Amino acid sequence: MATVEVTFTPLPAHVRTARLVATAVARRSGVDESLLDEVRLAVGEACSRAVEAHRRHCPAEPVRIEMTDQDQRFVVTVSDHAPTVPARPAAHAPPGDGTAHDAPGHEAPAYEAAAYEAIGYDGGSALPPGFGLAVISGLAEDVRVLSTSSGVSVRMSWPSAASPS
Amino acid sequence: MDLKLGHYNKDGIEVVDVEGEIDVYTAPRLRELLIDLVNKNNYQLVVNMEKVEFLDSTGLGVLVGGLKRVRAHDGSLDLVCTQERILKIFRITGLTKVFGIHETVDKAIAAKKSEK
Repeated sequence: MATVEVTFTPLPAHVRTARLVATAVARRSGVDESLLDEVRLAVGEACSRAVEAHRRHCPAEPVRIEMTDQDQRFVVTVSDHAPTVPARPAAHAPPGDGTAHDAPGHEAPAYEAAAYEAIGYDGGSALPPGFGLAVISGLAEDVRVLSTSSGVSVRMSWPSAASPS
Repeated sequence: MDLKLGHYNKDGIEVVDVEGEIDVYTAPRLRELLIDLVNKNNYQLVVNMEKVEFLDSTGLGVLVGGLKRVRAHDGSLDLVCTQERILKIFRITGLTKVFGIHETVDKAIAAKKSEK
């Protein structure tokens, strides 16, 4: 059972509220203060992506966030219900099983391609699709993106206070 | 905190002061300001981010969009930022190599003048 579960209508104004709630719950769960900025930014990115997807495909459906403690980690899952929205983290995230490990102080070369691509990108946004997920992968210690026909779930986790590490 | 925007001209360079949070909700206002400045023939821009408390990829997209617009007129868009939590998002996206990032507005203006 989730410690805290939030659903909100897919409006950009609510993303800030979601960030604040996630940060408060993370602090309550014992996530180190030095990681709270990462939690805030990563959850905000995931919610922004979900809001944009819902506004295009299902504006009446709410975006859902679940926050829980599992195995000494603070786990946040942001889920949308927008069908057939392609998740493209693989284009910029490190290869493997979908788990990305942050390297403090390290400039990840994988993301530089996205940045330079952005300069020449001519889409509706100044940045290419999937850029937000690439940012999440650079921030969260553990990220998994599950894309199904019924939507995309972004699951992120950080060590909580009880973690032995 | 909401987003506060202001701008002024110094030595022929338009300085944009940004205060608060730049996210999916507030970023369109910054985008509109940058577009308006470029439409009024301001192609040398400095965005002062010293009072920015939060920046996400939407905000990055607006800054990159502004950079593209001024570059189309042979201009440039530099940033002023010393906050580590803001600089981090530029680093992980590789955008530190795309923007000129300076410690103060005066240093940003001096750098722009030396480029001319």
